[in-house]
Amino acid sequence: MKTTMTVNGQVRSLDLDTRTTLLDALREHLDLKGSKKGCDQGQCGACTVLVNGTRINACLSLAVMHDGDEILTIEGLADGENLHPLQQAFLTEDAFQCGYCTPGQICSAVGMLQEVAAGLPSQETESLTGPISLTDAEIRERLSGNICRCSAYPQILAAVRRVAGATQ
Amino acid sequence: MKPFTYERASDVASAIQAVSQTPGARYLAGGTNLLDLMKLEIETPTHLVDVSRLPLATIEASAEGGVRLGAMTRNSQVAAHPDIRARYPALVQAIVSGGSGQLRNKATTAGNLMQRTRCSFFYDTAKPCNKRQPGSGCSALGSLSRANAIFGASEACVATHPSDMAVALVALDAQIETLRPDGTSRSLAVADLHRLPGTSPETESELAADELITSVNLPPPAPGGQLYRKVRARASYVGGLASVAVAGGRLVLGAVALKPWRAETAEAALASGASRTEAAMAELAQAQDPDQNAGKIALVRRLLGAVLDETNTGRGA
Ligand SMILES: Cc1cc2nc3c(=O)[nH]c(=O)nc-3n(C[C@H](O)[C@H](O)[C@H](O)COP(=O)(O)OP(=O)(O)OC[C@H]3O[C@@H](n4cnc5c(N)ncnc54)[C@H](O)[C@@H]3O)c2cc1C
Ligand code: SF4
Ligand code: FES
Ligand code: FES
Repeated sequence: MKTTMTVNGQVRSLDLDTRTTLLDALREHLDLKGSKKGCDQGQCGACTVLVNGTRINACLSLAVMHDGDEILTIEGLADGENLHPLQQAFLTEDAFQCGYCTPGQICSAVGMLQEVAAGLPSQETESLTGPISLTDAEIRERLSGNICRCSAYPQILAAVRRVAGATQ
Repeated sequence: MKPFTYERASDVASAIQAVSQTPGARYLAGGTNLLDLMKLEIETPTHLVDVSRLPLATIEASAEGGVRLGAMTRNSQVAAHPDIRARYPALVQAIVSGGSGQLRNKATTAGNLMQRTRCSFFYDTAKPCNKRQPGSGCSALGSLSRANAIFGASEACVATHPSDMAVALVALDAQIETLRPDGTSRSLAVADLHRLPGTSPETESELAADELITSVNLPPPAPGGQLYRKVRARASYVGGLASVAVAGGRLVLGAVALKPWRAETAEAALASGASRTEAAMAELAQAQDPDQNAGKIALVRRLLGAVLDETNTGRGA
């Protein structure tokens, strides 16, 4: 089935078996291997990408569902040679060991910070009607959909904190 | 995955016609449950009708002073909405307790209600399961499992319904609205949507296979505290061992039955002057298989008592 998506700013047209997930389309058909397949069941977050600016699990979506969508993967985050601030922060804070979860962590953090700006509460949000204070507990909770098998969580928190700024 | 064809529905009426007229066709919303089950070939639709882009994704004030959630609103969209945050906090708390940020961005209101059980034997295609393969037997029956139902279970199936959101919606007395192939619509309480297993656990809801949920309607919130609390094996990103929703004096338990379980015995006890502890004890006195389920029964009793205390529902001590 013919599917056209804008991936990292480039229009890409594919002819895919309907069973192809968005993740497999990116990795196997567009050779963008940054997004990882950890579980293929929505349970790890390694496949997190941004679709029309929103983070989702690419393994639980069909590529054909995304005809006309804008997809941003880890490969598209940097501005030329300039890393995205979250990519730089992950380096600065040494926020990984094997690195397998890292692309998903970074894409997830990009989406998460936008969600906070848009006023989406989490289960750690003190007041559902007041402003959101991005505490460490908030960051941990909001990134709980990204598992790190190497358990680099303290450094991941530090990297995201670096970009998010001090607790408001 | 078995092969299937796919179409993106262009309008509501043609989506319903497509599902009603194509054998093996199913509605596809966020896909976070259906695709998961299709990968395991537990679900084997031959045609998917993608309804996620239909114009059913708005949140509007209703004529009765409540709120109408379009069926294709995303879970995170609902949780972020200022009216929902201000007036239906139990719904927000239930939604944000489920899955992960990524999943809630994809999951829809209707898909969340229609998601299937997460019973581990239902997922394990090497094991008998009456829900997956009617008549094959229930692998969970008699097992010492905190995942099992303690209310409304049968010899055929002891699974629970995994939706957090549905538990809060029942406490809030929400109604779903559906549309059928003949063009008629009907309204059904979320409380009446899911079926208990009985002798046919493979039939999970009151909806016909081609009946499309178009919206979920919240009446104005009843006076009284609201709270949703979920207990689970880790702090986040996992299904509940048990949960409780309280809204306007309606008490509903989650992860204890194949549908959100209205704690009517506890409600009646409170109404007749029993204390919170007595009310919680009365509800749990009716739990099934008290020996096998002892741990879960104690957990739910304490959780219910704590939520009643926190919302100041009924008489203390
Ligand atoms: C790792 C993981 C953890 C999770 N944890 C939780 C949790 O803690 N709590 C929780 O509540 N949920 C949890 N979930 C489940 C998640 O909430 C559901 O998968 C999601 O809500 C389903 O919504 P969807 O739109 O993706 O549905 P889909 O997968 O698209 O559809 C689900 C079902 O609904 C039917 N359907 C869809 N739209 C309509 C309609 N308009 N009318 C009639 N039928 C329709 C479909 O045909 C299908 O049968 C978890 C899921 C995963 C993968
Ligand atoms: S409890 Fe229900 S879903 Fe689980 S194995 Fe038994 S029949 Fe299947
Ligand atoms: S690969 Fe998608 S969540 Fe694990
Ligand atoms: S760095 Fe190895 S899984 Fe996270």
